[in-house]
Formats: sequence, structure tokens, C-alpha cells
Amino acid sequence: MADVYVIGTDMIRFGRFDANPPQLAAQAALMALDDCGLTIRDMEAVYSGNCSETMVGQRMMQLVGQTGVPVVNVINACATGATAFREAWIAIKAGLYDITLAVGAEVMGKKGMLVPKNAATGPVPQEGLVGSGTMPAVFGKMGMEHARKYGTTARQFAQISVKNHHHSTFNPKAMYQKETPIEEVMGSEMIAYPNTKLMCSVNVDGSAAAVLASEAAVKRLGLMGRAVRVRGSALASDPYTPRNFAMADVNTVTRLAAKTAYDMAGVGPEDLHLVELHDCFATAELVHYENLGLCGEGEAGAFLDSGATTIGGRLPVNLSGGLLSKGHPLGATGIANIYEVVTHLRGEAGARQREGARIGMTHVVGLGSACAVHILEKA
Amino acid sequence: MTETIDGLKAAVPCLAFHEDHSPYLRGTRCKVCGETFVDLRENCPACASRGQMDTIELATTGRLYNYSIVYRSFPGVKVPFISAVVDLDGGGTLKGNLVDMPVDPAAIAFDMPVEVVFRDAGIANPAGEGFTGYFIIPRKEAE
Repeated sequence: MADVYVIGTDMIRFGRFDANPPQLAAQAALMALDDCGLTIRDMEAVYSGNCSETMVGQRMMQLVGQTGVPVVNVINACATGATAFREAWIAIKAGLYDITLAVGAEVMGKKGMLVPKNAATGPVPQEGLVGSGTMPAVFGKMGMEHARKYGTTARQFAQISVKNHHHSTFNPKAMYQKETPIEEVMGSEMIAYPNTKLMCSVNVDGSAAAVLASEAAVKRLGLMGRAVRVRGSALASDPYTPRNFAMADVNTVTRLAAKTAYDMAGVGPEDLHLVELHDCFATAELVHYENLGLCGEGEAGAFLDSGATTIGGRLPVNLSGGLLSKGHPLGATGIANIYEVVTHLRGEAGARQREGARIGMTHVVGLGSACAVHILEKA
Repeated sequence: MTETIDGLKAAVPCLAFHEDHSPYLRGTRCKVCGETFVDLRENCPACASRGQMDTIELATTGRLYNYSIVYRSFPGVKVPFISAVVDLDGGGTLKGNLVDMPVDPAAIAFDMPVEVVFRDAGIANPAGEGFTGYFIIPRKEAE
């Protein structure tokens, strides 16, 4: 089956805006269209990701041009943007369309992750009565399970945050561009052990978009020069694991999606030049090194300590600054990390460019759970 | 069974009462694959068998598998508290508050023996009804 390519992509700088999701989606969509010199009239279908409102895609079209094409609104927790991207990819793979648009937008405000959503139900509020279902606690436990198995330290988890904040100083589109020394990370307010405030992703508003095209369309448009091939696209739901009702298991679902994506792409972790993975909390990034096969089992702490995942290292992870510093506007996140990897594969990432980048991976996890992994290659 | 609190309703769905009103943890076990679950289930999430679940009483002893200490939670929730994950003896994994011990990572050991106890949840609904909850406490193992 013919390949599908990303031909245009962009994101707004993440921040806090006086705007609604359709307005933010429209900005990113127009930027992505400009990136490949096309217009909304060229889009044959639109896939829109947002976690909080309805009909964001159609409301976006009202702002950029109501062409009458199919618009599908996607919601899949933190995997929402990547799921929209994947639907746009599937539509071309299926042969229905030649050019599609994926867009993700979220207005988080300051409400952040500490709001009851899909919280355990009972006759009285369950949070704080029978443990915690908050995101910081869920991902705190993810880190503690790794500590239990391998003796990973709170300092190693904190070092993830130091690294990603450092990376964001090279990314003008990150919410923050500020160094956070280890003492500052470990000394900031404890939210859910071992994650401190600076080890939690940043609640920001944002949007990102990507234009996808069939091989025939890319050639017809003469856009192969900056095109990026989608070599692998995987989406998994969480298979049953024995503790998953007491403790969300984002490891197994990630491993399943990663294996599917590697198999489809015909590459392995050793072929990757950069990874944008779901560092919703510092603990998560470290554990995902093993889930994605970037290092061996139990080696994530040493892999981090070696500097391999830091800018200039063998396999830099979250060069954008990640969710920890670039920010995490849920529905936009999965497309923003596609943008980041595409930008490196095009050699256009400026001060944070991964030299010689030819193959990159994106990964997001939506708790509940959904995991999307994409493997992208310079065309 | 540890404590009986008459007149209080179950604060959590997996908490049920014997005929003598003493509370217990109610679970299910799949006749086909043998997997054990906290709370009632119609079909098996592990093997997808339909209508093959036996209702069982779960053990109130087990070991601490994992935890986090929660310092920030939803508005109005009292912090800090230990959110614990316990593997129950005989099957089933339970999430709950680990109490009656210091809220301090230095005091918490993976695999420490624990026990589930039933106590007044300390909350009432708008109708003024009180509730029984379950809590996890450290357990001294028999010599």
C-alpha cells in the first residue's frame, strides 16, 4: 500500500490565551496549511482533537472556511491529538482521500489535572477516601513501581525534569524557556511523591496541526522535498493486567503500541535518532525508556545518567522541552510532538537540531488508556 | 472481621455487609480463567468470558505492592495521605488509604504486611447518612 506523508505542520507557541479551542485550532490549521502552501479548500477531510468541548472541528471550519468536507471530532484523553492524526492517516491509507488535515487544540486555563474527571464513583466522593486517582498520584505510582523493581531514586526522576527544562531553552515555542537546577526541582512543592511541582507537566493552552497526503498527491504537488513519511502508526488500548483496576498500567499499553509501530515500520529502537515521548510527569519519561525499548529492562536510570537522552546525546528524548516545559494542552500534545519530530527530520529545528536525524518516534498515552506511537522518516 | 459499625452505609461499591451487619470486601472470581477482582463484575476483563463470575469474599490481609503520598488533591480533600496499592492474600488488588502510620516514604516498605479494616468513613451525604469505609493499616506478622 502506498505511503502517507506529512507535508505541512506547525504549532502555536504554547501559553495561556484568551481564546476558545476552535480559535486556537484555526490558528494552527492555517499555519500548517501555510507550511505546505495549500489552503483549506485542498483538504478533503478534517480530524479535530479536543478533550473538553463538542464540534470543535466544525466550529474551526467556520473560522477558516466551511468547505463541506467530512469533519470528525476525536477524543481519546491525552492521546487525542495523535488519534486525530492517525485517523487522518487511515483515511488516506484507505484510499478515500489524498489530502487530509489533523488538528488538535486545548484550552486548559489553570484548571489543570487536579479536577475530577472519570473519577471513581461511589455513594460519596472516593478521592482521598480510598487512595487517589489524581494524575500526579497515578504517575507517582508508576515511578514508585520502577523504584520498587530497580531501586530508581527520586533524584533520577527529578533529573528528567532538569533535562527537559534545559531542552526547552532552545525551543521558542515552549511555554517555559528556563533552566531548573536539580535542587530547584527537588525542592519545589511535593505534589504526589516522588513528583514535585516541577516534575508535573505544565497546564497550558495550545494547538498544533498537520497536513497529510498520499504519495501521488505529494508528487503531484512537488512537495517531496520537505515531506516526512509515516512509517509506522499504532494505537493500542490497555490490555488486561492483574493490578490495572487499582493502579493504571500505562506500561503494557505502551509496549503493545510500540511493538506494533516498530513492526509496521520495519525498524527497531536502534534505528531512532530522536524521540518525543509522553513525559506528563517526570517519573513517566524514565519508565517509558524501557517501555519503548530505548534501553534494556531495568536500565532506564543508567541510560538517563549516561546523557544519551540529553541534547547532544545518542538518542535525545523530548528535545522540544516535553510536556514538562513546552507544556501539555491535552488535545494538541500528540500533534505537537509530530511537529517536533518532523521539524528535526527536515533539518529545521535550529539550536536544538538533532544532527543527522532521519528517523524519529512520537509517543503519547491517554489514561484510561490509549497509547499512540508514530515512527516518522525523512522522505 | 474487624469492626462493625451499625447504621452506616457502604462508602465504596466493593464493601458489602454480612447478615450480622459486619462489613467485608466483596469481589468476583472468573470460573474460566480464575482471575480475581475487587467488586462485582458481569463479564471477565481478563479472558472475556461472559456471565462466568462467582461472587466471593476477599481476604483482609495482604502486602503493600505500591504507593504514592498525595500532597495535592481535588479541592476539599484532606492531605497528605498515602494512596496504597495492596495485593490481597488469595487474589485481588485493592487501592486505599494506608493509615495508622507516619506519612513518610522512610516509614513505608514495599511488601510490608498490611490489613484491611472497616471504620466510619468520617463523611456524610447531604441526607445526613453516614458511611463505612475501608482503610489499610500495617499488620504485625505472627511470630
